[in-house]
This record gives sequence, C-alpha cells and structure tokens, in this order.
Amino acid sequence: MSTATATAATPSSPRTPTKAAATDRAKAENRLGLKLVAPAVILMLVVTAWPMLRALYLSTFRYRLTTPDDREFQGISNYTTILTDRLFWQDTLNTVIIMVVTVAVELVIGFAFAMVMHRIVFARGAVRTSILIPYGIITVVSAFAWQFTFSINNGWVNSWFGWLPWIGPNTNWFGDHWPAMFAIMVSEIWKTTPFMSLLLLAGLSQVSEDMIEAAKVDGATWWQRLWKVILPNMRAAIMVAVLFRALDAFRIFDNIYVMTKGAQGTESSSFLTYRQVIEQFQLGMGSALSVLLFLTVLLIAYLITKFFRVDLAQARGEG
Amino acid sequence: MKHPPPEGPGHGNQGRRHRRGGLAAAAALVTVSGLLAACSANADSGKTTLTWYINPDTGGQAKVAENCSTGDYTITTQVLPQDASQQRIQLARRLAAEDPGIDIMSIDPPYTAEFANAGYLAPIPQELQDTLSKQSFDGATQAATWNDQLVVAPFWSNVQVLWYRKSFVEKAGIDMTQPVTWDQIIDAASENGGKVAVQANKYEGYVVWINALIAGAGGDIVSDTDKGIDASIDIDSEAGDKAAAIIQKLAHSSAAPSDLSVSNEGTAGSTFGSPAGAFLANWTYIWTNYAAQPDVMKDIGYARYPQSVEGEASHPPYGGIGVGVSAYSNHVDQSMQAIECITNPDNQGVNAELTGNMPASAAGYDDPKLHEIYPDDLLTLFQDSLNAATPRSVTPYWSDISGAIQSTWHPPGDVSSNTPADSAKFIDDVLHGRSLL
Repeated sequence: MSTATATAATPSSPRTPTKAAATDRAKAENRLGLKLVAPAVILMLVVTAWPMLRALYLSTFRYRLTTPDDREFQGISNYTTILTDRLFWQDTLNTVIIMVVTVAVELVIGFAFAMVMHRIVFARGAVRTSILIPYGIITVVSAFAWQFTFSINNGWVNSWFGWLPWIGPNTNWFGDHWPAMFAIMVSEIWKTTPFMSLLLLAGLSQVSEDMIEAAKVDGATWWQRLWKVILPNMRAAIMVAVLFRALDAFRIFDNIYVMTKGAQGTESSSFLTYRQVIEQFQLGMGSALSVLLFLTVLLIAYLITKFFRVDLAQARGEG
Repeated sequence: MKHPPPEGPGHGNQGRRHRRGGLAAAAALVTVSGLLAACSANADSGKTTLTWYINPDTGGQAKVAENCSTGDYTITTQVLPQDASQQRIQLARRLAAEDPGIDIMSIDPPYTAEFANAGYLAPIPQELQDTLSKQSFDGATQAATWNDQLVVAPFWSNVQVLWYRKSFVEKAGIDMTQPVTWDQIIDAASENGGKVAVQANKYEGYVVWINALIAGAGGDIVSDTDKGIDASIDIDSEAGDKAAAIIQKLAHSSAAPSDLSVSNEGTAGSTFGSPAGAFLANWTYIWTNYAAQPDVMKDIGYARYPQSVEGEASHPPYGGIGVGVSAYSNHVDQSMQAIECITNPDNQGVNAELTGNMPASAAGYDDPKLHEIYPDDLLTLFQDSLNAATPRSVTPYWSDISGAIQSTWHPPGDVSSNTPADSAKFIDDVLHGRSLL
C-alpha cells in the first residue's frame, strides 16, 4: 500500500509538465469512466426515472383502468383530495408510529446483538448465523408465522401468556387497533432486527481497540466507554442503520397485508397506495399517493442525515 | 460472461474460448426456444387450445373442461387466486392489457358488471343468451345481466341457508320448521351458551351478509345503477337501520364468536363444528364439510336463511360463478361454443358433484349423483332459496361500494344506529372522488 502511494507521488513532484499529462490521462480516464457507466445510467433512467415521471404525469388525471374513457385532466385536485382526507393522515400517522417504534426497539436490541456477535469468543459462526436467521426468512412467510402465533384459533401467545391479566384464551389480537398494531410491529421487529445488528456490527468493528484500551487505562467504566468512546465513533454506522431501517419501515406493506389486510385501522401509507392502484385501479389517485410517499421518504432521509450531522460522503470514507 | 471450462491444455486461447462460449450459448438458445415452441403448440398439431381461468375448486371445472374439449379445440384450465377480489384484480389487469392468453374465465357475480362495462367481455350471441336465461334461476340471470344483456353464462349458483345443530335447537326449544328471525336465533344462542357463526371479517363476505340483512328488511344498498357514480344510495333507510341493529345485537351478545371481527366462511365453519356451535349462516358446501367429524355431521340441521323482520320472507345471499369470454381472445367463436357446453345442465351437475357448488339451473339439480349426496329436502331448500336470493347490486362500481361499506361497517362491534347514514355519505364521497377508500 505504502509503495503504491510512493510511486504515484513521485512523478507529480516536477509540477508543470506532469500536471498537463496527468490531466490528459485523467480526462481520458474520465471519458472511459463515463462510457463504462453510461449503459447502467441509461438502464436506470429507463427503469427508474421513466416510471417516476409517468407517475407524476398520471397523478394529474382522474383515470381508472376499468373506465378508460372517463379519463380527465384534474390538475392538482388529486393532491388536494388526498391532503384533506382523514384516511390519508390516519394511515400516515400509523406508518410513522410503526417506523419510530420498530426502529427504536430494533436499534436497542440490534445493538445488543451486535455486541454479542462482536465479543463472542466461542461458537462465533453458529451464534452469528442464528442471530441472522430471521433476516433470511421471506417477510410474507414470517408475517404468516406471526399471524398464526397471535391467532385466536391456533396461536400460542394466548395460551403461553394466559397468566397475564389482560391475555386470555379469547383475546382477539387482530380484533382491535392497538393489539393488531402490536402484533404487526412484533413481526416487523423480529424480522429486521438482524439487519440492524449486521449494520451496527460493521460499525462496531471499526471502533479502534486502542481507544477503548486507552479509556480503560484512564479508568472509564463500561458505561462511560460505551457512551463516550464506542457510540460516538459509530455515529456514521448508526446513521446508516437508522436511515436504511427507517426508510424500509416507512414503506411497510407485507406484514400488514398478511396479518390484517389493513383492517382495524392498521393501514400504512404503502398499503393505501396499493389499494388505490392495484385493487381499485385508480391510476390517477394512486400515482398521486405514490408521489407523496416518495416525497415523504426523501424528507425522512433528509431529516435523519441532518439529525446525525453526518456527511454521507464521509460515511463512505471519501471525505 | 461465463465460459464453459476449457476441455484440455490447448484451450487457453481467448478468441477460441469466446467462440466456443458463443456457440454454447447459441446452442442453449436453440434448445430453449425449441422447448418453448413444443410447449406452446398443442400436442395434436393444428388443434386450438382454449385457456379457461378458473377459481380454485376441487376439480369440478377441470373435469368439465375435459368433457367440453372437442376435436377442434382443447380446453385447458389455469387457476386464479383463492380470494374473489384477487381473482378480479388478476383478470382485470390482464384484460386491461388486452392479453389474448385468456379465452374463457370464471367470474364472481359482483364484478361481472365492471368487466362488461369496461368492454372486457365478448357479447354472447342472442340465441345462447335466450337458452341461458331460460335454464337459469332468476337470481343467477339477474346477477349475470348488465344493460339488459346477459354478459356471462351462469355456471354454478351458491346460496346461503341457516345451518343449525339439532341437539342445540332441541335444548333451546325452537321450532325450526317455521321461519326464524335473526333476533330469535341470537337470543336462543345467548340464552343457551351457543354461538351464531357468520362472516364479519373486513372482506366481501361481510358485505354479502349486510346485503342479505338489508334485502330481508325490504331495502337495498344502491339502485338506479345504470347512472354509474350517480346511482341512488339507499343504505341509509329503515332496512339499513334494521341490518345495523341485527349486527349490533349479535356483536354485543354472548352469541358472538370471539373471532367475530375476523371471521370468514372457514372460521365460521370451525365455530359451528366446535362444542359451542349452534347456528351458522353459510353456503351450500357446509353439508359435505364435516366428513371428518361424524358427530357433527349427524347433528346438522338446515332451514331457510333467517328473516331480518318477522313475517317478511328472507332474501338469502347469492353467490356463484358466471363464465365469460374475453373480448381479446383470438378464439371468441370457439370459446362461445365452449361456454355453451360448460354451462349446460349436465356439466353443472358434474361440477356440483365434485365441488359441492350447486348448479345455476333447476335442470342441473336432476343429476342423480347429487341426490345420493344431498337429501331431497335440502336440494329443494337450495332451489327455493336461490329463487328468493338477492344478488348484490349489479354495478360497475361494486368494488368501491363494497369497500366503502367494509370501511364503515367494520368492526361489527362498532356498528351503531349512525352507521347506515355514515356509510351512505362515505359511499357517495368515494364514488365522486371526494374521499379516499
């Protein structure tokens, strides 16, 4: 590594001639680079930007797939309908609650798991694998598993936790808003905590052992080492983990679809969009909802990066 | 790009490896396309294949497809999702894309008008329409008609009856030979520790129940449906209030199963088969549902669907399947011949024998095997119920109306005297794009 740096540095010392040469080479390399990424960029534009623009265009129409002759330009009226609708705000609130609660719980449990995976000395592979198993399970499958778990007919939650005063054999978890939300969140947390812990593990392994050692020598307690040394040094990793999971959680769909189908007011923003576009074929209204969903996700990403005061380029090691 | 591993030391040359890779890829392509061609062509060359998209069943439609395949065409079946609304979604999306891969399809009655209105269904020749109208039950014809045209061929017709446990009604001392009302069975069940099992999850089945309750009280959910989104919404009426009162009464009584708000046909069947089972409003197939529980089987009694209002005849829920031909099929004429065969009374009988889904015509009930499986008085009850059945309103906007009802009437425990008025307003808002559904 050091040799490579040295050889690269040597020709740059006689400044003027080499700089011009380097620029030529850099230009050529840049051109080659552009050519190399061009196919990928074009593909991205076709599969990502085009549908996005199309959604934006469709969102200004009243357009239903089964009554195509009825299509009519509406301007921003779809947006005003949505933004003044109670259901939209209720679903957004649900989604935010699910996002905040699941990410917070996952961050704590995920960090504990990351510590275990980081520090464990025996059966390291087995422990790491078993922690990661839920993440390897398809969300729909895990949602069904948790639906059966909480089911009033054949679930084990009601029988195992029957000793709790508020749980009995006739507790219908999917019969009321909050119990149903609880079940959905448990399923989501179980499924994605391993992902969180994996990202945190990466951050944890980057914290220099020397610093921890130095803090130990200075007499810092375990708690102080955690809060003053480990966590501040993991800020970028924590931000990436929270950002990824928050965006994922905000788009929650599968668990709700399988467990309640949106009943008991458990609908999320994605589920509302799905119902407009796929079930009701309301391409106009559905596109408007997708656009709003996209903007919300952007906003969340912006707020999280601001909150953690981390430069993403720096987090990638480019700064 | 992957290359085949070199076979010997002489294969280090890049160019040759590339050529070999290209050759191998070309060979693979030829093989795959050959296989695909073999798959798409019918085994008997030159014979047309008609693809029939069916709702999942226990082999009835596949058998009918076999019976109706001729020297000119073979009918193959493709299975749609279990859930009726998912069946609608899959069919409608493919038809909107003008997919010629669908020739014939089994369509649930509430979505028939939507498909016909969107121009997805090929018009049925008048002669065939006449035959079908003549042979089918009134409810079946009504559900298959849009703009005065029969747009699908009624194939099987399902109807709900009131199933009860003989031991329970004996204990409760109710005379089941006389028509009973919802109030009576709810009271009898709560006083004697029994459960009244219905379908009240947030899904189409719940609206089926609500529709029957309203129809039984002499009302309807919507009328003047040919006006599209400006149809008259009648749910906020005396009949609507009666329906809400019945649901409210059941939901707050001890006769309500603990899973009431998530109950569907299957879970209601389980409740009925459990020791607390007393009454069950459910489809015809319940008769053959308890083969594994002989004690329950022996204990099952049946009666006409309960009345909403004492003294007024009930209008049981109607279900079933109509068979339509896609307007985008490349074989419309042959498909018409095929549906004529599929829906003839003999094949309706064959389907009923294999699936428990009853024929859409009185002639279909003549099938001798049906009389071996079902008692004669039960078959008579099914036919009488079908003639009195009220299908859900035939409108292209049924899925919106149904969704709006599900949103406002679910969970059943929250239904109150305000619910009919709330739902009428909400349906109107949804239809006019003022509210999200």
